[in-house]
Amino acid sequence: MTEPGQKPGRLRPAPENFLSEAEVKEVARQGASSRRNFLRNSFIAAAGAMAAPALARAAEGDPNILGNPPWTTSLGMPVAANPYGLPSKYERNLVRRESPGLTRVSGSSVAFTPLQGLFGIITPSGLHFERHHQGWHDVDPSKHRLMINGSEPGFLKTAKVYTMDDIMRLPSVSRIHFIECGANTGMEWGNVAVPTVQYSHGMLSCSEFTGVPLRLLLEDCGVDFRKCRYVLAEGADGSSMTRTIPMEMVESGEVFVAYGMNGEMLRPENGYPLRLVVPGVQGVSWVKWLRRIEVGDQPWATKDEAVHYIDLLPDGQHRQYTSVQECKSVITSPSGGQMLLDTGFYNVTGIAWSGRGKVTRVDVSFDGGINWQVARLEGPIQSKALTRFNVNWVWDGKPAILQSRAVDETGYVQPSYGQLRAVRGTKSIYHNNAIQSWKVSETGEVSNVQVL
Amino acid sequence: MSRFSESLLVLALAGLSLSAQAFDTYKGLGRPATAAELKAWDIDVRPDFKGLPKGSGSVDLGSEVFEARCASCHGSFGESNEVFTPLVGGTTREDIKTGHVKSLVDGSAPQRSTLMKVATISTLFDYIQRAMPWTEPKSLKPDEVYGILAYLLNLAEVVPADFVLSDQNMAEVQKLMPNRNGMTTEHGMWPGKGMGNGGKPDVKGVACMRNCKTQVQLVSSLPDYAADAHGNLAEQNREVGPARGKVTGNREAGKAAESISENARVQQLAQSTGCMACHGVNARIVGPGYNEVLARYKGQADAETKLAQKVKAGGAGVWGSVPMPPHPQLSDADATALVKWILSGAPAK
Repeated sequence: MTEPGQKPGRLRPAPENFLSEAEVKEVARQGASSRRNFLRNSFIAAAGAMAAPALARAAEGDPNILGNPPWTTSLGMPVAANPYGLPSKYERNLVRRESPGLTRVSGSSVAFTPLQGLFGIITPSGLHFERHHQGWHDVDPSKHRLMINGSEPGFLKTAKVYTMDDIMRLPSVSRIHFIECGANTGMEWGNVAVPTVQYSHGMLSCSEFTGVPLRLLLEDCGVDFRKCRYVLAEGADGSSMTRTIPMEMVESGEVFVAYGMNGEMLRPENGYPLRLVVPGVQGVSWVKWLRRIEVGDQPWATKDEAVHYIDLLPDGQHRQYTSVQECKSVITSPSGGQMLLDTGFYNVTGIAWSGRGKVTRVDVSFDGGINWQVARLEGPIQSKALTRFNVNWVWDGKPAILQSRAVDETGYVQPSYGQLRAVRGTKSIYHNNAIQSWKVSETGEVSNVQVL
Repeated sequence: MSRFSESLLVLALAGLSLSAQAFDTYKGLGRPATAAELKAWDIDVRPDFKGLPKGSGSVDLGSEVFEARCASCHGSFGESNEVFTPLVGGTTREDIKTGHVKSLVDGSAPQRSTLMKVATISTLFDYIQRAMPWTEPKSLKPDEVYGILAYLLNLAEVVPADFVLSDQNMAEVQKLMPNRNGMTTEHGMWPGKGMGNGGKPDVKGVACMRNCKTQVQLVSSLPDYAADAHGNLAEQNREVGPARGKVTGNREAGKAAESISENARVQQLAQSTGCMACHGVNARIVGPGYNEVLARYKGQADAETKLAQKVKAGGAGVWGSVPMPPHPQLSDADATALVKWILSGAPAK
């Protein structure tokens, strides 16, 4: 048991918080070698300064208990003060952020999900990552249409137009799936480039989507599935983004046109009022503001499957139509850019996913991949959805390297950087699913590193 | 069981069988698309040129249209790396012969340009037609698209300066695309049967649990110069829980965002509407810096109205040959707010 007198109220802030900005700069100037001593000295100084009041307080107890706080001694806010509820003001740090220098135009850019602060498997809708190709609009649902047609008139009985009213009257399904951009972790192919899991893995979200299976709509139009083995999906934004989808995924009933996300309508940034859901496939195929589906007998080689979203190999060839997001995982807490509060117990937690089905196992290493232990998977474990894992850890204050490695139901094991680069080199931007490493130094600082 | 509940059961069973029959079609939902509707939206062009509209455009026409509609972002020769990655560059006459772009292997080009990567000429036609120019997509006529494409291909020395590209010769020019042989679908990441190897992964990890290696090869960590590049990480992490964010970069940056001022709002507007792709606050990018605009128009009584109109309608000639494209999507209020902000020195807060 911890004596209250030794750690008053367990209120001690992270080590860095003891330091003023000038002191932090001083540490930076002196370099890493002197860093530990400096921090230790600061600790002692800070502890000394706090000693008297801390001891005085400790005699009686925690002031947050002894003196009731204002929220316990006054009237609170009425209902519907926030008609659409907002997170606590203390949560303002957890927001979507752009990575400086990644793109030059915000209309064709990415805002990353703050994975470092999220729990479970569902991404709050307001924190779902954003990637637009020509900016986003708040589309008027009464003016939105979905057209279904064929590359040849004979490919279907009737080319049709549906309103949102029509689509929302059809039989619906609700399913939880992850969506990951093909370029997630793309900045890290050659070397460490970003400090936190938000920027390294934050083009990833997971939601419950509600909508109508595309197969149902194609059947309603009388599509000739024998002739049509490919589907083109097109958006209603300025880029009218287009991607080719294999008919096999439509026939399996997996692909659906979604209007609902996490119990409400899609957010405008995520394709309101209609987007395609293509489970297990990279986000670019989940066409937002979906306005048209064309069935055809060959792929389209659209800009986002012939100029971008192609994987450059060491021999100069590009892999085209790479779509599946292979099995991957990452520890989200603790993770890069964080400072551990203290030595002792931690619940190490993270997420795992596979575009080929269910995650069956996640292993965690604390020594850079020499030894591994099996993590606890939180249920329900769903196909092509995020799976949360947890593992107990007691940090003894010594350096450590944390890694996670996921296995999916096909038996595929998430590769290391060494294994991935041996085949694909370092020049690709897309489909980096290597094992992520977080180094914990003796100061408690967690940083992004790469281990072969 | 009472007679009452028996009859309910019969009804329920009847309902079940009815639903199985009745829901084969979704009566009253959706309607046939008209020919005009299909024509309006079905504009995609495939690699076999299905969907390619009739028309033609010369390199000369393309050069003219490109200068007027495209150069402000892409540079006069499609070489600009300011707003987007270059369209042209990094290909050679040898590549046109082989259909493999060599600089993709030896890394001799500083950036991977569009023409280094793209294998199919249809892709470029389709994309320019559907998505360009950036602020006015779908406003180009087919002849203009042919012309722009001819101009770009001429810059890459794929076609001569007197070339006229048309629906009749697209297939011939396809045979000259520098990276036409540079794509492969031999991989396991296509989730269908029509392409690839049927889903067989190329890389596989090993699920070893004990003594998996003798040493840890740490090959990369965040370089010092990048430590502050993402702002203050302490303000990007929760302030309660097992860890705190590390204090890095500018501590003040996050604080300002707490209460968003009018200036910050307009600055965000300038970002989100693409203004700052071409105008820096203190520097020329494609168009003049806001400091230059302020210097020129400071103290002029009608500057605000005049410039707000110009933002919406576009203009040319005041700042050199590169014209400013129109921005009809901006409301009058936003255009005025942007101009006011620029004329007050474009402050960040």
